[in-house]
Amino acid sequence: MNPSWPSINLRVNGEHHSLNLPPMKRLLDVLREDLHLTGTKEGCGEGECGSCSVRMDGELVNSCMVPVLQAQDACVETVEGLACDAELHPLQKAFLEFGGAQCGICTPGMLMAASHLLAHNPTPNIAEIRDGLAGNLCRCTGFIRIFDSVIATIASNAKSQQERNAR
Amino acid sequence: MRGNPEAHELVAPGTLSGVLSMLANEPGKWTPIAGGTELMVAHAAGRLSARCLVSLWGIRDMRFIRAEPDSIAVGAGSTFSDLRNHQAISAEFPLLAKAASWIGSVANQSRATLGGNLANGSPAADSSPALLAYDAQLELISARGTRRVPYAEFHTGYKHNVMAADELLYAVHLPRRFGQHRQYLRKVGTRRAMAISKVALAGCALVEQGTVREIRIGAASIAAYPTRLYRTEDSISGQVLAPETLRAARVSALSEVQPIDDIRSTAEYRRIVIANLLEEFLRSLTGAGGQQ
Amino acid sequence: MSTSAKTRIVGSSVPRKEGVDKLMGRARYVDDIERDGMWHGATVRSSIPRGIIRSIEFDPRIDWGEFAVVTAADVPGENHIQLIFADQPCLADGQVNHCEEAIALLAHPNKQKLREAVAAVRIDYEPLPAVFTIEESERQDVIVWGEDNIFKSFLLEKGNVDQAWTGAAHVIEGEYRTGAQEHLYIENNGMIAEYNSAHGVTVWGSLQCPYYVHKSLMAVFGLPEEKVRVIQTETGGAFGGKEDFPSVLGSHAALLAMKAGRPVKMIYDRMEDLAATPKRHPSRIRHRTAVDANGMLLAMDIEVATDGGAYSTLSSTVLSRATLHSPGPYVCPNVRVRSRAWATNTVPYGAFRGFGAPQAIFAIERHMDEIAAGIGMDPIELRRRNFLQDGTTTATEQVMREHVIMDKLLDRALTESNYYARKTQFAQENPASAIKRGIGIAAFFHGSGFTGSGERNLNSLAGVDVTSEGKVRVLVSSTEFGQGTNTILTQIASEAIGLDIGDVVMALPDTGIVPNSGPTVASRTSMVVGKLIQRAGTQLVSMLHDKAGLEESFTRAEFFAACERYRAKLGDVVSLCRYEPPPNIFWDDQKYRGEAYPAYAWSIHVAQVAVDTITYSTEVEDFWAVQEVGRVLNPVLAGGQIEGGVAQGIGYALYEKVVWQNGRMANNQMTNYIMPTAEDVPPIHVLFEEIPFMHGGFGAKGIGELPHDGPAPAILNAIKDATGVSFCSIPLMPEDILAKLVVASSIEVAATV
Repeated sequence: MNPSWPSINLRVNGEHHSLNLPPMKRLLDVLREDLHLTGTKEGCGEGECGSCSVRMDGELVNSCMVPVLQAQDACVETVEGLACDAELHPLQKAFLEFGGAQCGICTPGMLMAASHLLAHNPTPNIAEIRDGLAGNLCRCTGFIRIFDSVIATIASNAKSQQERNAR
Repeated sequence: MRGNPEAHELVAPGTLSGVLSMLANEPGKWTPIAGGTELMVAHAAGRLSARCLVSLWGIRDMRFIRAEPDSIAVGAGSTFSDLRNHQAISAEFPLLAKAASWIGSVANQSRATLGGNLANGSPAADSSPALLAYDAQLELISARGTRRVPYAEFHTGYKHNVMAADELLYAVHLPRRFGQHRQYLRKVGTRRAMAISKVALAGCALVEQGTVREIRIGAASIAAYPTRLYRTEDSISGQVLAPETLRAARVSALSEVQPIDDIRSTAEYRRIVIANLLEEFLRSLTGAGGQQ
Repeated sequence: MSTSAKTRIVGSSVPRKEGVDKLMGRARYVDDIERDGMWHGATVRSSIPRGIIRSIEFDPRIDWGEFAVVTAADVPGENHIQLIFADQPCLADGQVNHCEEAIALLAHPNKQKLREAVAAVRIDYEPLPAVFTIEESERQDVIVWGEDNIFKSFLLEKGNVDQAWTGAAHVIEGEYRTGAQEHLYIENNGMIAEYNSAHGVTVWGSLQCPYYVHKSLMAVFGLPEEKVRVIQTETGGAFGGKEDFPSVLGSHAALLAMKAGRPVKMIYDRMEDLAATPKRHPSRIRHRTAVDANGMLLAMDIEVATDGGAYSTLSSTVLSRATLHSPGPYVCPNVRVRSRAWATNTVPYGAFRGFGAPQAIFAIERHMDEIAAGIGMDPIELRRRNFLQDGTTTATEQVMREHVIMDKLLDRALTESNYYARKTQFAQENPASAIKRGIGIAAFFHGSGFTGSGERNLNSLAGVDVTSEGKVRVLVSSTEFGQGTNTILTQIASEAIGLDIGDVVMALPDTGIVPNSGPTVASRTSMVVGKLIQRAGTQLVSMLHDKAGLEESFTRAEFFAACERYRAKLGDVVSLCRYEPPPNIFWDDQKYRGEAYPAYAWSIHVAQVAVDTITYSTEVEDFWAVQEVGRVLNPVLAGGQIEGGVAQGIGYALYEKVVWQNGRMANNQMTNYIMPTAEDVPPIHVLFEEIPFMHGGFGAKGIGELPHDGPAPAILNAIKDATGVSFCSIPLMPEDILAKLVVASSIEVAATV
């Protein structure tokens, strides 16, 4: 406990945390070191690669660029919060089936960017998918199967929507 | 992570007046930080010299886009996502909406603010050419009050501007008078996305019967700070869009810009390409249609 | 089992074995791992390219008693990292030969104090003259390595080149250059090490070749093999970049762990990883080619020069592969290749996907278009007339005994890409457009597995065992770093044994557990290791049949019951197989003659580009990759390999430039080293032809490196088609295009004078 540091309140994947932290500590380091949520990765430390992408109050952010004080009272979603219990998120299922993940290091950030994209635009076209994922560098896939995975998710989401409507 | 979080103080008063009184009480002590897309990069690289920072993030008074009769006022705390997604901006100031969509990536646009982009003063700043072309006015604020300066007079040198130590950028005012103008913006980056501009040019011109009545040209990465090409504008203004006008404009632009060699490109490339962009803009004025 | 027999699991797109862990964010990469009492390590590096170390001074304002400090004097065994020659010190001792060379190591529990301490170590140098380019090294007026700056040279000769020039209708010459390329795996290099005198050294880390690191640690610590243990953690991309360098970083972390008496973690950040770790060898390749009036190749005289950096590392084997791929997939009666790897004072160049072949293929495939232009022939037709065919011989006089189908691949590529129609269309549209479009091809092969006698020397051992929990485990040191090793090897094992994929798991890649199945490099895993696992699986079944009463046909339960009977009677249920070279393989290392590779993968790439004459930038708009890689074991993974390789090849051609300043990488940030993003890659159409190779795992040949070979020449050939200008150097940046392009605009000339 350092009295000169603020108390930071954060909700991460629905769980509330109250932490005494240096205010300029990066959200990325807080997630990884203090909350042991190591699914969020560091690739460049300068907002270029997107490996540390998380959602903060509904916005996609690079967690390496957020001083934790600016996440005060925020709701943060990380890759660990995507799956519901043991059930994979539709994007995770599609990435598995369509080869959207190879080495896996960009995958958590890529999934967060994709889920953010679909949250704002449930039926993006390919140009919108490319734009939505352009901040997340993948060196393995050439992105093609990541696009395929997102497109498959859109289709499966539409199908489940139809099924819900039919009921 | 090369910086030391414990070596920096960061406070968040949460209100504009709170920030302003801090700046007034200890001018020069506090460095404002908005979305952090510039300062946090320096922090990670161990290059953040500011020891005391004051957060502008989340201050509601600074994040607005307001349509007024003669202008649209954009709060300096507006993010590029805000700009990109705003109906009136897209409709009346499409160059600015387009520039916003080219900045970094979605995750950068959600954090980077218009005020931060301008106050940081990079020669390659993405929003600058459009704001120069739109004749934007900046509103500065301090505990002493507010004042307005034309954006074209804001930068005074490499990473230097007219703001006093106790001032903040408060708003950008965009005059609503370009409905009849032809508009052009092109950014030439190192790749299609996530690119720092090697050179960028924006133009806004009123053309009547083949004669250029009014023209403003803003450019980035061609000098120590984003700037208008005044002499080139003069060479075109009042002229008929004939081949010799285009030729004179090119010659003027080639002599007016002062780019440098750096790790991203060469001075030669920047000079030639800015002239090419200018020519593309001018050619678009001769044809039908509006903006490129 | 025949390679063409119908299979249940091989050939289907089984999901990635470790995929769920990666997608849930619970896969553990090295930086995700903590050990009790762990300290952090950092490196003090050279700030000059070459010089004598006069002194190492530790600023007295730091309490060095809190730190573990390691210099060359602390190395208990041999102070070198030996891949082939023992010239690279583990820590510089008395002299540095490149910027960022490691001089001292520090460890401390607090990362911040560690960083301040690194800055507080001052090295005093006496600078020595340095060389930075192939040309400077060739001049030999400054000798920076050995007696002549030459790491390695090869001479390959077939027929008699010198007698072929006089009878030739045409002689075409060209010089082609390629630049350094950074792997840019998204996970930087990292290691954790522990040491104690009883158990020796244990290292966990991001790496491709556990036994390479194992061998290095044995030498650096002077320890026997059982006292060194190397465990691969989940690895976030490698591409060759984690073949040689982990031996350096693993040794550094282990030295600090020994000195500190506690676990030490060393994780590079991006700036350090970019500045201090190996890249692809730059090259300069000259071609002189004699052609007859019908476009038949008569003679190829090729000179290959690579820049190897400051130490030899893998330069000799990279040069070997460049040499063997330099004549391309063509028949020519007279070939001479003279090749040399030169020393310069930069960070040593190392392995990178393709390993010399992308450099060589760039040169020959650009040159083929130059020949076609020189003799007035369609470049497609020129290639078609000269392709290797069944029964013909390569430059090393290797007879093509496996079926070669370059004609078929070419036909398919032309059809799928609608090549001629597009070419005609662009020729019509270009004159009136500022955007000039073009289409180009590259035809190439890539040798699978180690070169020449390499696989024989590796003598790999791999296999399977059955755990008491009822799982078959694949025992290999072959590692997963995204390419799909885990998935294809479990597919092969389950297919060979007759089990479901869920019954087979991968053993932890831990040298304490798995045998040495060789390094995970050279497109050898599917073919060589895959075959070993296939054999081991079949052998396991016959073992159980002979010794434990397993019937010809069996259920899962019967299989595991038989395993338990075997275990009760004979102990551990293990089936290991050692590499057996295919019959009739002959290779002469001295004359560079014979079977250079057991098999080749073949491919045609077609690129469509748009060159903008306003910005001089090039965009790849569409891309076709047609290939024959033997049996495709997993279509989704195989397609992913091709697409990923093509994207890296596009980067190699158009985006990825290492900017050097006095021997140091100046653009060592992701902001400034530019790789293609999701907006920069074109649609990539991937098409396979399959000719099973009987000596590969269920018919597989190599696939991983192949797709990196073709994009650069295909793209530059397309740029020539678009603009009429030949570019012979990559990366080809807009600034380079500007310099050579005659701009169509009439105003340009007047305005720029």
